[in-house]
Amino acid sequence: MFCEKAMEMIRELHRMSDGQLPAFNEDGLRQVLQEMEALYEQNQADVNEAKSFGRSDLIPSIKLRHCCLLRNQRCITAYLYDRLLRIRALRWEYGSVLPANVRFHMSAEEVQWFGQYKKSLASFMRSLGEGEGLDITQDIKPPKSLYIQVRCLKDHGEFEIEDGTVILLKKNSQHFLPRWKCEQLIRQGVLEHVVS
Amino acid sequence: MSTQSYFPVPPGVGMEENFLSLDDILLSHERLPVRTECSFPRLGFLERSSDAHDIPEGTKMELPLWLSKGLYERKRKVLSVDLPKVYKEGWRTVFTADPCVVDLHKMGPYYYGLGSQILHFDSPENSDIAQALLQTFIGRFRRTMDSSQNAYNEDTSALVERLDSLEKALFRSGQNGLNSFQSWEKGQASQLTASSLVLNYRKRKLADVQT
Repeated sequence: MFCEKAMEMIRELHRMSDGQLPAFNEDGLRQVLQEMEALYEQNQADVNEAKSFGRSDLIPSIKLRHCCLLRNQRCITAYLYDRLLRIRALRWEYGSVLPANVRFHMSAEEVQWFGQYKKSLASFMRSLGEGEGLDITQDIKPPKSLYIQVRCLKDHGEFEIEDGTVILLKKNSQHFLPRWKCEQLIRQGVLEHVVS
Repeated sequence: MSTQSYFPVPPGVGMEENFLSLDDILLSHERLPVRTECSFPRLGFLERSSDAHDIPEGTKMELPLWLSKGLYERKRKVLSVDLPKVYKEGWRTVFTADPCVVDLHKMGPYYYGLGSQILHFDSPENSDIAQALLQTFIGRFRRTMDSSQNAYNEDTSALVERLDSLEKALFRSGQNGLNSFQSWEKGQASQLTASSLVLNYRKRKLADVQT
C-alpha cells in the first residue's frame, strides 16, 4: 500500500507524546518524496494516455494515486509542523542554548529556524517594559520572595550573582540565591527548589 | 505539577478532521471494508490476494479511511463503503444495553472518531449510528469523570486500558486538574520544579548508557 512510510514517521512522533524531539528522519522523508515522485510520474503518463486515446477507464486509478499524493503531503507537513512545535517548546524549557544531545536531533533547517525563533522572541522581549526589556520566560509561577533556598543536584561549577560574589555550585550544597538567577537552572534540573 | 510548553495540534471536533493533527492522521489510517464499483486499471498490486493487473469491479477489500473518503463520490459511484462491525446493528444493541462493559480500546481505539467520520458516507443507518455514538459516550462519561477526579496517587492503568482515545484525553486532563489542586492544597504550587521534558531526556540518556 502507498503512504506506509509517511505513516511510520507520524507514529514515531506520536509515540513520544510528551514533547521529546526524536532524531530527524531524513531517510524516511527522502523515501516519501521518492514515492510521491513515482506517483506523480505514473499519473502524468496515465493522464496523457487518457487524453489522447480517450481512455476514461483510467480515471479512477488516477484519482486514487492523486489521493495518495495528497495524503503523503499531509503527513509530511504534519510531521514537520509538529517538530517545529516541539522545538519551540525547547526554547522555553531549556533556555536559549540547547544541550548537544538535543541539537543533534535537529536538521540544519530546524537549527536555523530555532535561531530565528530565538531572535524574534528576544527582540519582542526587548521591546517590552518601556524600553527596559522584560524576560517573559521568567516568573511563570508568581514569585513569593526575591530569594529562595536551593540545593545543588550536580556539580555545575562557578556561578556569579549580581553583586559580584562567585559561588561554587557543588553537589548537595545548599544556597540562598536570588530567584530570578536560578529559575532557569531549576528548570534544567541542576538546582532543586527547597520549600520549608 | 509541571508547566508544559509543548501543545500538540488538537484533533478536530465532530465530523471535521484537523489537517495537521497527528491523532487525526492516525485515526484516518483506520481501515474500512469497501467494495469497488468500477475497475482500477494497473493497480492490481494493491490487492495482495490476486495477481491480476487491474483491480476488477466488485472486489471486496479494506482501504484506509482517508482513501475511501477521497474516492467516495455521491454522484458517480466509485466504491461503496461497508460499516465496520462495531458500528453495525448487532454491536449497537450491545452498546445501548450497557456501554460501560465494552472495551472501547480494543474496538477502536478511535471508536468515536471513526464513528463520526463514517457519517460522511451516505448510509441509511447514519442517524442510528450517530445516536448510538452519543448514547455510548453519555453512558460512559460519568464513570470516566468520576474516576479521573477521585483516583489520586493510584495505579489507573486498569481503568485507562478500556477507554477510547477521546475518553483517555478527558481522563488525563481530569487527572491533571486533580493533581494540581492537590499540590496547591499542600502549598507546593509555588515550588519551582524541573521541566518534565528535561527529566525525561535525562532518563533516556541513562537508558542509552546502560544498553
